[in-house]
Amino acid sequence: MSFLLACPFCGPRPVDEYAYFGEVTTRPSSSPSLRELTDYVYFRDNVAGVQREWWQHRAGCGEWFLADRDTRTNDVLEVMVPEPRKQA
Amino acid sequence: MRLDPRAGERIDRSSAVSFTFAGWKITGFEGDTIASAAFAAGKRVFSRSFKYHRPRGLLCCSGHCPNCQMTVDGVPNVRVCTEPIREGAVVEGQNVRWSLDFDFMSLTDKVGGPFTPVGFYYRTLIRPRAAWPLYEKFLRSAAGLGTLDPRAGHTRRYDTEHRRARVLVVGGGAAGRAAALEAAKAGPGVVLVDEDARNRDLALGGVEVLAPARALGIWEGGLVPVDADTVLYRFRAERIVVATGATEQPLVFPGNDLVGVMLPDGVRRLLRDYSIRPGERAIVLGSDDETLAIADELVDVGVEVAKVVDLRDVRPRELAAQGGKGRVRRLVLDGESYGCDLLVASGGRQPAYSLLAQAGARVAFDDSLGVFVPTELPDGVEAVGSVTGDGLSRIAPEPAYQGNGKCFVCVCEDVTTKDMKRAIGEGFDSIELAKRYTTATMGPCQGKLCHLSSIRVYAEETRMFESAIGTTTARPPWAPVELGLLAGRDLTPARRGSIHWRHEEAGATIQWAGPWLRPYAYGEHPEDEVRAVHESLGVIDVSTLGKLFVEGPEAVQLLERLYPNRFGDLKPGRIRYGVLTSDGGRIMDDGTIARLAEDLFYVTTTSTGADAVTAWFEWWNAVWGYDAEIVNVTGALAAVNLAGPRAREALGRLVDDPDDVSAEDFRYLDAHELEVAGVPTLALRIGFVGELGYELHFPSPAGEHLWDALVAEGAVPFGLEPQRVLRLEKGHVIVGQDTDSESNLYSAGMSWLPKLDKDDFVGKYALEHFAEREEKERLVGFTMEEDVVPAEGAQIVVEGMPVGRVTSARRSDAVGRVIGLAWVPSDRSEDGTRVEIQVDRLRKGARITHGAFFDPDGERMRS
Repeated sequence: MSFLLACPFCGPRPVDEYAYFGEVTTRPSSSPSLRELTDYVYFRDNVAGVQREWWQHRAGCGEWFLADRDTRTNDVLEVMVPEPRKQA
Repeated sequence: MRLDPRAGERIDRSSAVSFTFAGWKITGFEGDTIASAAFAAGKRVFSRSFKYHRPRGLLCCSGHCPNCQMTVDGVPNVRVCTEPIREGAVVEGQNVRWSLDFDFMSLTDKVGGPFTPVGFYYRTLIRPRAAWPLYEKFLRSAAGLGTLDPRAGHTRRYDTEHRRARVLVVGGGAAGRAAALEAAKAGPGVVLVDEDARNRDLALGGVEVLAPARALGIWEGGLVPVDADTVLYRFRAERIVVATGATEQPLVFPGNDLVGVMLPDGVRRLLRDYSIRPGERAIVLGSDDETLAIADELVDVGVEVAKVVDLRDVRPRELAAQGGKGRVRRLVLDGESYGCDLLVASGGRQPAYSLLAQAGARVAFDDSLGVFVPTELPDGVEAVGSVTGDGLSRIAPEPAYQGNGKCFVCVCEDVTTKDMKRAIGEGFDSIELAKRYTTATMGPCQGKLCHLSSIRVYAEETRMFESAIGTTTARPPWAPVELGLLAGRDLTPARRGSIHWRHEEAGATIQWAGPWLRPYAYGEHPEDEVRAVHESLGVIDVSTLGKLFVEGPEAVQLLERLYPNRFGDLKPGRIRYGVLTSDGGRIMDDGTIARLAEDLFYVTTTSTGADAVTAWFEWWNAVWGYDAEIVNVTGALAAVNLAGPRAREALGRLVDDPDDVSAEDFRYLDAHELEVAGVPTLALRIGFVGELGYELHFPSPAGEHLWDALVAEGAVPFGLEPQRVLRLEKGHVIVGQDTDSESNLYSAGMSWLPKLDKDDFVGKYALEHFAEREEKERLVGFTMEEDVVPAEGAQIVVEGMPVGRVTSARRSDAVGRVIGLAWVPSDRSEDGTRVEIQVDRLRKGARITHGAFFDPDGERMRS
């Protein structure tokens, strides 16, 4: 893991400046079954391919952002500033 | 041996340098390497081989082969052919019993034949199993390289430097230099890296030259770590030009490892750079004009050239070198014998494509050249010069020649053609498997001198084409690197609060607490500090607490959703204890939340949790987008906890109006802004240590001033250890000490805390499920029946079975017993249940105790 990742605010930086927070998941909206909850809390798709994931520029500006990364090549296709939704 | 001065030599004959070589005093010249000076003084044996302990002499003189690895001033595995000479250096042989010229272990070469075939150890030394450690000890010392002194410690200082380059050129040969100069025309930022110390002073217009330095690999993102002795440069290059050239390959024939068998490049270096006559009577074996041309050079310096064999014309059925005492004496060629003391032999050149392959290039066999060449280079990486195969002659020699004696494919690991054949015969039917079984190419040269040979031998034996066999995977590091260089310096950062030096002055015992350095206690008796807090007044530095401001019109909505607690009904000026849970319902961190105004909250976290909690808050708000700002002020603010029956009276003397801190106006769980000893302070009335107490938060620069003022009022400084006793007396939990990643609010005895009727909060869904089930185990207090303190992690034993564990235990003078917290099965968690705790080898009785051990109704902290 030594690829360059472009922070939407600071530009390309070595990946060691960032904290990785895993793939974007969908949080259940109302009282989920134990199975649905367990899927959300513990299971990940772990795709071999492009996935959308959370990153934080922890040793830089500190902002959270989203990146579409190919897990096979570490090619980052796009980085995005998240669009918050209060009723997530 | 040393020739008369010649043009182009790199030695300064006016400046003599002396050192010890295997016990002999040797004098060379400035500009010599250790190997050239020793060779000039008549030394021929530089090492003993890995497995058979055969004598080995100079082969490549280019820092590639293993033959001249020696221990220099205690540093093992130094290739002395490229190590500059230095006054007083102590150079010793390694992997040797007795001496380089007479190695006791060389018996393995004579009698060990049947006992040292490939795979011998794996198959033979497996029974009895218990004897393996004994075998291993013997094998490790019999085979191997130099040894590192484990007590040597840090003898050198290593640094890491992050650098950028527009164009990074690896390799300083003609092609590399041309590429660097061309790139420099377009502007600055061109760096050329070359392993050869002779290029140290190379001047190329507009190009920064790093030599001797070695590129260790090419990683993604254009990362190229460069080993420059004591500095590791981590280059990020926009464009990488690989000009690593082609490496001369040894010819594979019996006796090809004898001392005196050399590669043409090695001979040229001895001759041209150090003006050394490399032998008296030479034979040249090769299949390209470059190799054969060395015959003329040898004749020029007075070497008798006994024979030149062009392997393009001659196809010998028998070709072997024979020697005496490990040194080459003659070449046997189809029954004829030719005497010599120098055998210059080359198997052609193989492109040094390893860096390119690491970068993602494909490697294909070029049938017209008989070598592997890189193809399909990745973006941003280029190759120039002979690494691409340009200008190379076709490899003409046989993969291996026949004759009497050991025929080495890999000199690093002592792998012979016989070993390769045996591996194939045993069914290792891919080159990767044969490599792992024989360990060919896995030695110090990392395949530079044996990769092509091993594939050619494998191809011949299996009657396959090299193109079908393919290559083994190229992995970094491409060149040997000292572990110290990769490790760098030990730069563990220590955080110290602004009051830290007062603790040092007071003689406190300092300990690590996460990234912080904190006082454990101030004297030999932490219990005295506990008593001071109970009986009069104590003060502890809690500047390490995480401190956040959460401010904005929607700050309350954000906190309501982050915590299981309710905050909508928290009035400005009031404080609430809060616990953060994950969406899995597990306890993450705890702290206090003070509402300072409608839209302003002051949040404290555990000492180690500040950064994680800040990131957690910001992440959730990146999802939700509430109109609130999160500001981490952990370093900006210092904090102390002033606690004890005299706390109110002492604080009253330091504020303008003592009524500001009266029991009526400043109640338990109130947050007030005060001026204490002239310092603007946020005072929180909380009771972590169980006595009347004020947690004072104020600007860090005023730390020592306020500390001194409190101590002048009679507050006794107390450290972490007394604080642990005090909080344990109250049964207060330390997150991370008493809880782990499985603990939830119900099992940890805080079922009162989550407000499940709230619309949503992080962890709500999991807690809803937890609320309906019976927890398997619970966190409870216990009181020991005897005066023994169980270790943290000690087992709770019921009917001889371990069923739980102790998380905290201390002797409490105030309670008069040893008390603690432990996880026990729910059916053993009732108040008063007797359990046993393993203390060393004994089981000691204890009673489960609910609630606080001391002042259970909290009258003291609320007073």
